[in-house]
Amino acid sequence: MKKLATLALAGLMAAGPAMADLVFPSLSYRTGPYAAGGIPFADGYADYFTLLNQRDGGIGGVMTSVPECETAYNTERGVECYEATRGEGALVYQPLSTGITYQLIPRVTADGIPLHTMGYGRTSAANGDVFEWVFNYPANYWDGASVIINYLLDQNEGSLDGQKIVLLYHNSAYGREPIRTLEILSEQLGFELVQLAVDHPGQEQGNQWLTIRRERPDYVIMWGWGVMNQVAVQEAANIRFPMDHFIGNWWAGAEHDVMPAGDGADGYLALNMNVLGDLPVFAEIQEHVIDAGLAAGDGSNLGSVLYTRGMYAAMLAAEAARTAQEIHGVADITPAMMRDGMEALSITEERMAELGMPGVGPAFDVTCGNHGGPGMGRIQQWDASAQEWVTLTDFIAPDDSVTQPLIEEDSAAFAAENGIESRGCAE
Amino acid sequence: MFYREAGDFKTSYSQDNQTFPIAFDRWRYYLVLFVAIVVIPLTISDYWANSLLLPFLIYVIAALGLNILTGYCGQVSLGTGGFMAVGAYATYKLMTAFPWMDMVSVTILSGLVTAIVGVLFGLPSLRIKGFYLAVATLAAQFFLVWLFNRVPWFYNYSASGQINAPERTMFGMAVTGPNAEVWVKYLFCLFFVIVLAWIARNLTRGSVGRQWMAIRDMDIAAEIIGVNPLKSKLTAFAISSFFVGVSGALLFSVYLGAVEVGEAFGIQKSFLVLFMIIIGGLGSIFGSFAGAAFMVLLPVLLKIIGVDLLGWPTDIVAHIQLIIVGGLIVFFLIVEPHGLAQLWRLAKEKLRLWPFPH
Repeated sequence: MKKLATLALAGLMAAGPAMADLVFPSLSYRTGPYAAGGIPFADGYADYFTLLNQRDGGIGGVMTSVPECETAYNTERGVECYEATRGEGALVYQPLSTGITYQLIPRVTADGIPLHTMGYGRTSAANGDVFEWVFNYPANYWDGASVIINYLLDQNEGSLDGQKIVLLYHNSAYGREPIRTLEILSEQLGFELVQLAVDHPGQEQGNQWLTIRRERPDYVIMWGWGVMNQVAVQEAANIRFPMDHFIGNWWAGAEHDVMPAGDGADGYLALNMNVLGDLPVFAEIQEHVIDAGLAAGDGSNLGSVLYTRGMYAAMLAAEAARTAQEIHGVADITPAMMRDGMEALSITEERMAELGMPGVGPAFDVTCGNHGGPGMGRIQQWDASAQEWVTLTDFIAPDDSVTQPLIEEDSAAFAAENGIESRGCAE
Repeated sequence: MFYREAGDFKTSYSQDNQTFPIAFDRWRYYLVLFVAIVVIPLTISDYWANSLLLPFLIYVIAALGLNILTGYCGQVSLGTGGFMAVGAYATYKLMTAFPWMDMVSVTILSGLVTAIVGVLFGLPSLRIKGFYLAVATLAAQFFLVWLFNRVPWFYNYSASGQINAPERTMFGMAVTGPNAEVWVKYLFCLFFVIVLAWIARNLTRGSVGRQWMAIRDMDIAAEIIGVNPLKSKLTAFAISSFFVGVSGALLFSVYLGAVEVGEAFGIQKSFLVLFMIIIGGLGSIFGSFAGAAFMVLLPVLLKIIGVDLLGWPTDIVAHIQLIIVGGLIVFFLIVEPHGLAQLWRLAKEKLRLWPFPH
């Protein structure tokens, strides 16, 4: 039966595009209410691999290919895309959607294909002891929540006692991720946490902002994505909420989120997990990819926040593939080898500089037990007159004493639910 | 020539009343069953099963359910997504509360739970009709989604608010969870489709179905000739919701494995199923199959042609897909308002006369 299935699949694939050697499928969304964030990320992801092909002849002498599949941020279509691209020898999946991530975690674990959810997805996947095939370095949502609170502590001379903080979140698995961390932090630090959910797709927020106006919180933290961000920033500007007390997470801090509100968005804060600005690699992408007419998009997104992050994700995948090639001594790696490469990944300042993106993210090492990386983030602020993000802080570290027990607890629950044995990372 | 009654003698009433009175049709039906039960499980590939056949089978059940309510009984419903969510969450609660229970019982019980909820939301249909009823069922859709989002008991207090289907077996084979073989999942869904389609067909041509159709055609006249509107409307809601609940249960447990209620069972799901029965044909069992096939297969087909064969950018193909599906819906509504089932019926009429149409 399996054989028949494989044969039929092979027949299907023969009709598809020619097989390349290293396959990095891109489950992108260029349509729907989340396209504003999906397009630059997908462009950055694809363009970096095109750059590697054009400039270096692929990774370790093997060309890469990035088959794209449109999910429209919809989990059903995400599953369809996963099934459609899996047979092509996919090395790693990056769905850029927490909902699709939850669908794929059991599937990739059964199929033996690594899943990399950079700064999204299931936070407790940071525990590599339980989640063998899932990686979420360099940061996750609980880190992000902790970093934001650490920043606010810094602003308030170390105390948030008696303050009121609103969490405005996308009512989905994605938006709910930080709640547990924030609840615990609110108990520890004595601030009051008000949770306001915004339903998909996020255009209707009148009610929530009315509540914010009534509650008069000291800070609003937003876990938003897609059209929700633009609407929230506009609504905040409408009620004249002080923008420098309104902090988005790293998926709510791109140019297109603040541009529509014009000057009203000036001073809006957001978290970021990578640097901004003119990296040397952009010139190479311009030369080898965009000017050569090979860009995934129209090339206009080059250097934007999410383009940089997509390129960063591609760089981490390419470096993991390179590491895997070194470990196993084979150029044409399999998904299982790719997993080994991801687990042995070491990103250093020198390597990032060598790749033309000095300091794009923190330096970190992935280990068997820690698939989550350091979890650092930095705060940036929107300058509406210059139309650019200004980085305010250096990388801020999260409070691991808060997030680590939560990760242990949640991953232990997952392991018990699914009968997963420890891989023995601690030994 | 082959496709006609001539020479096919019926010697009893039951033979005369059978679903496929023409011998050729009967044989074709047995052939389809044979292919579906024997040939496809032996040859199926993961991709075809997971992206085409499973959703097709599951949506067939939903379309059958909505067709009973809207097509046969004439009660417009926009709450299909909400009722599917009831089926899915009932399945989740049953699977986690009673781990020893087999999946067939879980699915049927979820259908029954949905039937009860459906009857509750069907009560307004005794007083209001048409557009007003549509709005009342729309309220059900939003209320149910809100409820499953709001009350943590329904998702067992999980941090993400999602529900995940644990692995459950049937005769020692995994049916749900990532380790389930595709042909097992396929046969599991196919079993429900065959049984439920058979039930739907026989209900709709029996006295219950005739009462539904009498209510649909003119409720006052039906009441005068002795049809009890309370009974027939509420049975339609109950049976329709049972079907829709089973489909939601399968969509969650067998197909998706993890569900977020607002996204998987939102208003667009209600419209999707409504489009299926409008395109397939209101008041037709075959129409439910044709409509589900049309709405599930067409987007994937367009994607394969556009992206894999022609190599167009994915966003262009996604937009073209919307244009084509929308255009075809308008085309069908203008050219053939009775849907694909009517085209099929006409084709059969022509075949009966062929090759001597006069």
